Amino acid sequence: MNISFSPISLAANESSAAVHHEHDDGSKTVLGFWIYLMSDCLIFASLFATFGVLADSVAGGPSGKELFDLPYVAVETLLLLGSSFTFGLAALNVQAGNRDKVIGWLAVTFVLGAAFIAMEVHEFAHLIAEGAGPNRSAFLSAYFTLVGTHGLHVTAGLLWLAVMMHQTLRFGLDDVVQCRLACLSLFWHFLDLVWICVFTFVYLQGGF
Amino acid sequence: MSGAHVSSHAAHGASHGTLKSYVVGFILSLGLTALSFGAVMTGVLPRDMILPAITLLAVVQLLVQLLCFLHLGTAPEQRNNTVIFLLTALLIVIVVALSLWVMHNANANMMPTQMSIERARAKD
Amino acid sequence: MLGKLSLDAIPLHEPIIMGTGVVVVIGGFAVLALITYFRQWGYLWSEWITSVDHKKIGVMYFGLGLVMLLRGFADAIMMRTQQAMAANDAAGYLPPHHYDQIFTAHGVIMIFFVATPFLLGLMNVVVPLQIGARDVAYPFLNSLGFWLSAVGAALVMVSMWVGDFAAVGWVAYPPLSELGYSPTVGVDYYIWSLQVSGIGTTLAGINFIVTILRMRAPSMNVMKMPVFVWTSLITNILIVGIFPVLTATLAMLTVDRYFDMHFFTNELGGNAMMYINLIWIWGHPEVYVLVLPAFGVFSEVIATFSGKPLFGYNSMVYATCSIGVLSFLVWLHHFFTMGSGANVNAFFGIMTTIISIPTGVKLFNWLFTMYRGRIRFHSATLWTIGFMVTFAVGGMSGVLLAVPGADFVLHNSLFLVAHFHNVIIGGTVYGMLAGMNFWFPKVFGFKLNEFWGKVSFWCWLVGYWLAFTPLYILGFKGMTRRMNHYDMPDWQPYLLIALVGAVIIGAGILAILIQLRVSIRDREKNRDLTGDPWNARSLEWSTASPAPFYNFAHIPHITSLEQHWEDKELGRAWRPASRYEDIHMPKNTSAGFVIAVFSFILCFALVWHMWAIAAIGLLGMVGTFIARTYDRNTDYYVPAAEVARIERERHALLAKASYP
Repeated sequence: MNISFSPISLAANESSAAVHHEHDDGSKTVLGFWIYLMSDCLIFASLFATFGVLADSVAGGPSGKELFDLPYVAVETLLLLGSSFTFGLAALNVQAGNRDKVIGWLAVTFVLGAAFIAMEVHEFAHLIAEGAGPNRSAFLSAYFTLVGTHGLHVTAGLLWLAVMMHQTLRFGLDDVVQCRLACLSLFWHFLDLVWICVFTFVYLQGGF
Repeated sequence: MSGAHVSSHAAHGASHGTLKSYVVGFILSLGLTALSFGAVMTGVLPRDMILPAITLLAVVQLLVQLLCFLHLGTAPEQRNNTVIFLLTALLIVIVVALSLWVMHNANANMMPTQMSIERARAKD
Repeated sequence: MLGKLSLDAIPLHEPIIMGTGVVVVIGGFAVLALITYFRQWGYLWSEWITSVDHKKIGVMYFGLGLVMLLRGFADAIMMRTQQAMAANDAAGYLPPHHYDQIFTAHGVIMIFFVATPFLLGLMNVVVPLQIGARDVAYPFLNSLGFWLSAVGAALVMVSMWVGDFAAVGWVAYPPLSELGYSPTVGVDYYIWSLQVSGIGTTLAGINFIVTILRMRAPSMNVMKMPVFVWTSLITNILIVGIFPVLTATLAMLTVDRYFDMHFFTNELGGNAMMYINLIWIWGHPEVYVLVLPAFGVFSEVIATFSGKPLFGYNSMVYATCSIGVLSFLVWLHHFFTMGSGANVNAFFGIMTTIISIPTGVKLFNWLFTMYRGRIRFHSATLWTIGFMVTFAVGGMSGVLLAVPGADFVLHNSLFLVAHFHNVIIGGTVYGMLAGMNFWFPKVFGFKLNEFWGKVSFWCWLVGYWLAFTPLYILGFKGMTRRMNHYDMPDWQPYLLIALVGAVIIGAGILAILIQLRVSIRDREKNRDLTGDPWNARSLEWSTASPAPFYNFAHIPHITSLEQHWEDKELGRAWRPASRYEDIHMPKNTSAGFVIAVFSFILCFALVWHMWAIAAIGLLGMVGTFIARTYDRNTDYYVPAAEVARIERERHALLAKASYP
């Protein structure tokens, strides 16, 4: 009899890994999601590079120094950083298995993220009303697209947060929900990482 | 579906945080952010030091959050993610740095505003 | 509601387009009618459209490529004919604006909707089988990725009869591709079709990376993976690295066109060179995405048909990885002439020259594999030898172009056109056709007809050389690319020869279609009873032909680089197991197809500025995806008894073939 086909010896050699590989823990999903996030990093890198090239192309129009309200941006930064922290608290509760606390902290994260978006939308609307919209110059096109893409990602994250709050409520903290929350946590923290680059190289650099 | 023994694996996939790591990360990030904004808004630094300073602060804060919030590191579960991140970072550096070099040269050569004839003739 | 769309969008005044349209409509109706008459809608839906089986998805990808090859080739023959006719300022039969769309569509279709689906198709079919896995890492995303690619192709096809297509070249440089110079919907079709298929390709990239990293059979460490799996791994890493850049760049062009932004416009500070810079950061590694899978195919084929292990496995792996890394450091050679200066040009020129070295290493390894082998001249072997000769020349013309000084003379001439067709046809196309002939029995259970396979090969080989050698010469003579007409009479003979070559390639394509027809007709005679029709070496050949939907009843334990060959040598191949287990498999799902249908609605509506309909498309996509995440019933277990039954049938066939 051919031992390489024997299911018994196979199980003895490899415990969880081998036979259960395809439907294993969420680690395969998280790995794939991480790779997706890296590809998202490259989208932002392209937008940052373009912003770097076009930063001085103000076409006679307003520059960052004239437009950017640094205290306002500081508040936005605190909101997003705070939401990263509160998501961390949610993640700790996932580990501990406290379903209701998870939903609670996810909700706080949602509120902070939504406040961030509200501030950003207000900022954009204000700029456009002042005639400093994305069609005014290449610099402004690059600014609106880079910051706007980040904002769209945060908005998608808010939608995902809402869905996860509902799924946690409905299904509890089972494997699938935990895996998805792990992915969302990577996504949410990653958005704060991108924001560090945004406030540094767009707002602070442009603002002095 | 999978048995109870798998339920801890999902958390393993992203690796654990502890309350301490999140609090430390949060406080450090707050501090670094304050320093960055302060460097620009208070004017204590000389002008040509500002960009290097805020760049350094940004890189440090990125590392803080990568370690404290995203739990990247050399732990066995996280090694793959860390390697993938480093490779991506390398690619980003190549793409951004070389793009800025190329575009700077292209702009300088092809869109000059004040270029003397000698400069235009220079073999570089 | 209907935005810019009106009946004016249909080009009634273009006889060629309308004639083609009539044929397509009649043919399309005929196909639909036949499916209905033979009552195959249920079969199509449950076995193909909703399938998450990597083998079926691979077949659909490859089929998409074959269909689009016909369209892309039609574009080619039209161009060759026009250029053969339009000497001495004769106008030819294609006015410039139509001609421009044809060469744009030709490039877009061949790269994105022929070559890419071919290689995704082969990787889909082969990689899980070669690593001892039962499927890819994300079967649902696999299905979704395919259907998104199909939607991209559909958008390009629809553009022919509703509106027009881009007329700006396959890389769509601004400012020509901006609204000011391309006011029609053509560039918008281009943008959305590439964005939607780009998402599909990126999903496939992530899928294959995780599959290869995480789903190999136990103890298949990376240095025991077949070379095709290595080339697939590096290809997919490249894909995930570069498609985001394409996405971002096209998005910036999109907002320029849709929101009056100024990334790449002439006015208000735009910088068109940044588009060129970014698009080639994508575009150069992309050509390695196209060719690396072909290199992988040739490695497998030449080892099998030389009856020897592949020579220099380790150096093959290192060469493949080096090509991957270096491919990110050469992109500027696509625009040496655009004024970045000598220092920049020198750096990128040297890097480009260096990248030819690992490819040379591979070529020598293939030759050494053949040396002292017992070579069987299967059509796949012919494709491989044809590749080695053809691609070598193409590589050399590339090294010539890598010298900035030479490139200043030859940039955008027909020399360049000849070079890239040389490497893409000699490399990618020959590789995909070799792979098709090699792995066809594994998927369908019977071999392809060898006679027509060889006819196809010789037509492609002779046709390629006749079609493109004149272009090398014309490039030196100064003829630029994309010319609608010209006034140099001594160019015309070369273009006539090139037309003859194109016709012979057409015969090669026809031979493929005949080969398929004849093979299907003769399938009982050509049944592959053992699953190993070529006495091959790697793991996929240990399964039945066609492979069962679960691939392996038992995940194999790997001790050798050529596990199946070693098992045959040691007399332990094809042993039936004493017991079977339940097998965990993913269920079919319509979600991928449905999301893709909504994506077509979204993209078509965006092209025509039908905002409300676009919103419906987007909501449909997002809503279907979210609904899918609520589905808790996405997998099932195949009972051990069922597995046993299938395996018993398999071993009965083996006995019939009286294999040892």
